[in-house]
Amino acid sequence: MSVRRLDSVQPKKFEFSPANLKWAKNQIKKFPKGRQASAVIPLLWRAQEQHDGWLPEPALRAVANMLDMAYIRVYEIATFYTMFNLSPVGKYFVQLCGTTPCWLRGANELKDVCRRVIGEQQQVTDDGVFSWLEVECLGACTNAPMVQINKDYYEDLTPESFEQLLTDLREGKAVTPGPQNGRQFSCPEGGPTTLLNGANPKGKASAKPSTRAKPAAKRGGK
Amino acid sequence: MLKDEDRIFRNLYGFEDAGLKGAKKRGAWRGTKKFLQNGRDWIIDEIKASGLRGRGGAGFPTGLKWSFMPKQSDGRPHYLVVNADESEPGTCKDREIMRHDPHLLIEGCLIAGFAMGSNTGYIYIRGEFIREREVLQAAIDEAYDAKLIGKNNVHGYDFDLYLHHGAGAYICGEETALLESLEGKKGQPRLKPPFPANAGLYGAPTTVNNVESIAVAPDILRRGASWFSALGRPNNTGTKLFCISGHVNRPCNVEEEMGIPLKELLERHAGGVRGGWDNLLAVIPGGSSVRCLPVDSCQSLHMDFDSLAALKSGLGTAAVIVMDKSTDIIRAIARLSYFYKHESCGQCTPCREGTGWMYRVLDRMARGEAEKREIDMLLEVTYQVEGHTICALGDAAAWPVQGLITHFRHVIEERIDQYSSNAKPDGAVREPAAAE
Repeated sequence: MSVRRLDSVQPKKFEFSPANLKWAKNQIKKFPKGRQASAVIPLLWRAQEQHDGWLPEPALRAVANMLDMAYIRVYEIATFYTMFNLSPVGKYFVQLCGTTPCWLRGANELKDVCRRVIGEQQQVTDDGVFSWLEVECLGACTNAPMVQINKDYYEDLTPESFEQLLTDLREGKAVTPGPQNGRQFSCPEGGPTTLLNGANPKGKASAKPSTRAKPAAKRGGK
Repeated sequence: MLKDEDRIFRNLYGFEDAGLKGAKKRGAWRGTKKFLQNGRDWIIDEIKASGLRGRGGAGFPTGLKWSFMPKQSDGRPHYLVVNADESEPGTCKDREIMRHDPHLLIEGCLIAGFAMGSNTGYIYIRGEFIREREVLQAAIDEAYDAKLIGKNNVHGYDFDLYLHHGAGAYICGEETALLESLEGKKGQPRLKPPFPANAGLYGAPTTVNNVESIAVAPDILRRGASWFSALGRPNNTGTKLFCISGHVNRPCNVEEEMGIPLKELLERHAGGVRGGWDNLLAVIPGGSSVRCLPVDSCQSLHMDFDSLAALKSGLGTAAVIVMDKSTDIIRAIARLSYFYKHESCGQCTPCREGTGWMYRVLDRMARGEAEKREIDMLLEVTYQVEGHTICALGDAAAWPVQGLITHFRHVIEERIDQYSSNAKPDGAVREPAAAE
């Protein structure tokens, strides 16, 4: 557990955009009548997305009013779940996994890169582009070490490729999420050891990568 | 090695189309209607006969779990809830199912929902899996459009499936915490009994299953319980997704036969231990919560529930974390302790206080800044936490520390000796040579 508090500087008000409001009403419909509180996490998450990646206090009230919940219950949710950022974050919010599987493969070296390029944890850079946070296991352990930047995972990083990634983001260059060493998702590097005859149980060969599979271009300062 | 035709997840690495067309080509949604026509009891009996044990960590027989649901509704709806809150360190298998073979999961939900008399299913995916959520939602929409699920679908059984997400709490992988979270509350586990099969989501009968358990069900029915039960070892049947991370040459996910020897698993699929088998220090065989095993236990180790339980470890989620001889094992386990400290929900005092306490002591021990008598004190504290909490997070926090002390006490002692040999008479310490 950690102590999490709302930011001392808060905007005056928060309103869902019309599109998000419509979306939110659809979310509530997923749950039985009278159980609208179930939608609280998705609604808060959408509010956070709309509000530059952090959750202001008026948004808690707005969501509480929509779901007919006591403010304190929504406050409780916002402070309990660690994906809700209670203070401003950078345009690119880097969540660096530091748990043992990533640590074994060099997460500490990535942390050094963060400190050098971005600064201390939870400090937004002066230009507002970056902030970073060490988080617990993000569930991509076979592609360690990795970070999540906004919605995407960037995996199989080295200090060099990670620094290049941050540089590219700062310069507004296109980056490719997923493994950064050319690997196909969680397939062993260099090619699969199974399913060599294609996925079809009838034995038809069909191992050609689909458009969905986009192996990342090799990057890094080599 | 498992033959390719015996694999269930044939698009594990995303080489092919994850959508409905690709899934159908791989055999999904084939014969589903017939399974439903065979009736609830037939499905549950087949799953029981297959020997499928829950893939979320505890290994409880899935068919038996389904059979706990009331046969007749007493007016309350029944719910199927799929636990996709994959957050056990080392584990990344459900993610592959959801983004590369989502239709197996959706088909499994319909079948499981039917078998337990549920017309509504919720999949609770962890909040960080944003892209996976998009793919899975697209697949659910496809299934609705093709009338495979939903009202008046081609299978003749109304079934609504909703995708819901969390927001970064490991504890929500515990089934009753997940239900609390799904109800819009903090994810704090409930006291059991009542068990979810009697009073779960919104107080109604509910069964919570892991993604992999649900996703393998359709193929078990398609190919027959005897096919599944013939794979693996007695009481540990079928295929299993293994996640191999840490100090191996080629970390990967792979579907293999249950009970495969660890050495074969690592060498065949993951390119072997970095620096060769002799460079192995220890493995954590089933996700961070289980006790680590030193190299001498690993020589002829079979990767299944019972073999690992016999060594006081566990198969857990089959997430194999490999550590070679360069690893500072105390630091590695201390980092896990930090994880549990971070993720404790704070409801039960032994866990809330104990996880922080264990982490702080281990953090000192990793520097050698401790006394040897504290090793036994730490072990004693783990026993004070274990079994004294509402949910298993307390146990999960205690076991890695117990594993460390059981197998690597000498390392802790050496570290302490190194540190104290640098101590000066006035209590100050010279530059500690022992630190990493």
